[in-house]
Amino acid sequence: MIISVASGKGGTGKTTVAVNLALSLNNIQFLDCDVEEPNAHLFLKPDIKDRRIATVPIPDVDESKCNYCGKCRDICAYNAIVVISPDDVVKGGSVLIFTNLCHACGGCSLLCPQFAIREVNKEIGLIEAGNCGDIEFVHGRLNIGEIMSPPLIRQVKEYIDSNRTVIIDAPPGTSCPVIASIKGSDFCILVTEPTPFGLNDLILAVEVVKKLSIPFGIILNRADIGDDGVDLYCKENNIPILMRIPFDREIAQLYSAGIPLIKEKKEYINKFNGLFELIKNQRVIS
Amino acid sequence: MKQIVVISGKGGTGKTVLTASFAALAKNKIMVDCDVDAADLHLLLQPEIKERYDFRSGKTAWIDRDLCQECGQCIDVCRFDAIRDDFTVDPISCEGCTICSYICPEAAIKLEENLSGEWFISDTKYGPFVHAKLGIAEENSGKLVSKVKEAAKEIAEKENLDYVIIDGPPGIGCPVIASLASIDLALIVTEPTLSGIHDMERVAEVSKHFKIPTKVVINKFDINPGNSEDIKKICQEEDIEVMAQLPFSQKVTESIVQGVPLIEFCKDRIAEDISLLWERIK
Ligand code: SF4
Ligand code: SF4
Repeated sequence: MIISVASGKGGTGKTTVAVNLALSLNNIQFLDCDVEEPNAHLFLKPDIKDRRIATVPIPDVDESKCNYCGKCRDICAYNAIVVISPDDVVKGGSVLIFTNLCHACGGCSLLCPQFAIREVNKEIGLIEAGNCGDIEFVHGRLNIGEIMSPPLIRQVKEYIDSNRTVIIDAPPGTSCPVIASIKGSDFCILVTEPTPFGLNDLILAVEVVKKLSIPFGIILNRADIGDDGVDLYCKENNIPILMRIPFDREIAQLYSAGIPLIKEKKEYINKFNGLFELIKNQRVIS
Repeated sequence: MKQIVVISGKGGTGKTVLTASFAALAKNKIMVDCDVDAADLHLLLQPEIKERYDFRSGKTAWIDRDLCQECGQCIDVCRFDAIRDDFTVDPISCEGCTICSYICPEAAIKLEENLSGEWFISDTKYGPFVHAKLGIAEENSGKLVSKVKEAAKEIAEKENLDYVIIDGPPGIGCPVIASLASIDLALIVTEPTLSGIHDMERVAEVSKHFKIPTKVVINKFDINPGNSEDIKKICQEEDIEVMAQLPFSQKVTESIVQGVPLIEFCKDRIAEDISLLWERIK
């Protein structure tokens, strides 16, 4: 079973929930798909055993074969290729590839009439795998200045071990990195807080999981601050609130020091086990 | 004209609360919300939308089943696994690369432009405000960020405004990089948690990579004073100025519930500190 933990708004407690759920259960694989800002390792302190450079294939033009026909430029949907004609007195003939715009679709190398384009690997980030006790751990780290995180997220997800309960820590937001992370999950936990910001972003996140047809439920973090907007919304829309975590300075302090909540507050182990039971049943219902 | 963006790496550190307070403090300015896929600034600025524009970006393939002979070449060529075994396109996976349409021997694949979102020019009691709403599960948030920034810059130039105040997105990827383009000051709001520090370091590296002048604000510094000291040390080593450290305050949540900028909601120490911070920024 794959359970992803997401939220529209950042900083609501995704990583806290994902990490503590993982530590409370058995036979877990943990994937941190927030490759722009991976944080789970700060809490799980995994023993990294394997490091792999993540790459995407990008075009490389052999200009001895190229006749500057411009086909690659015309077919590239992302304007990643500029072809300068040999008649250009200043620059002469050349093909410029803007690798940051390239989506690695492979079209140009496939369609070049002169077979002048081959693909070479471009590094986009790092994938680290290891373990933390019995938990199998994998995360990705996007390189600084790299634009596109979804290819790296997809590569982290290639590690999914279907013999384990997989917990995915997703990035915040509602756009492509989130989709890439939670797609294929059996259940998605949306973590939010009871404020107008939390509600606004929760509504967007709910639309996303509905669009992907993933069963979902809510965890309300810092449940006793703010207002009752999220509660009312969930009631009106029949969305289950799976768990409430109150605001507690001690929890905030543990978090700030990178200490998983369940290490100090053992009662949460039961709560997270209860959550897991709820999720398993929820899945049967929806 | 000075363009200032508030970013953080980690979400939820207080970007929007700070941006809204700057909106209330600054004179002669325009505000922009670049967190286009989970925009919140409008909840504090209470805009009245004056102009609405469609944001069209990217394409999605669809297969004309009357022409399709089910040869399967499109499935082989699509690197995004967007074409299902029944020869329909999964629009969420399709990245609009258009390659399938070139390969299809029956010319059965067409591409349609996406309506990926909307953007708005609004009035607020603090001045003009440009914001957006990315469609659900859409791509190209970076392009939408560039669009709203461009629109705001145009207005600022036309109306001779002094500041463009931008609420940035979390993370370090495409929308963040788009929001950093041609910025005069990137203000990183961080918090004294290990995650906050880790994420601040990553986003600071990004702004450095693009040679953007960068400064730091520590929010909720008193949650973990030791970590706050560490942040200062890191910033000193990186030659980044820490402009302010703001205390934890219950008033922050209360002001969000009321839907007003913190600075207008209370006169506590945190409000004073934010006023002083703005004096130093401007
Ligand atoms: S691989 Fe695709 S996206 Fe990249 S340059 Fe070639 S056509 Fe453009
Ligand atoms: S346009 Fe590209 S991504 Fe979309 S279905 Fe065709 S080959 Fe796949």
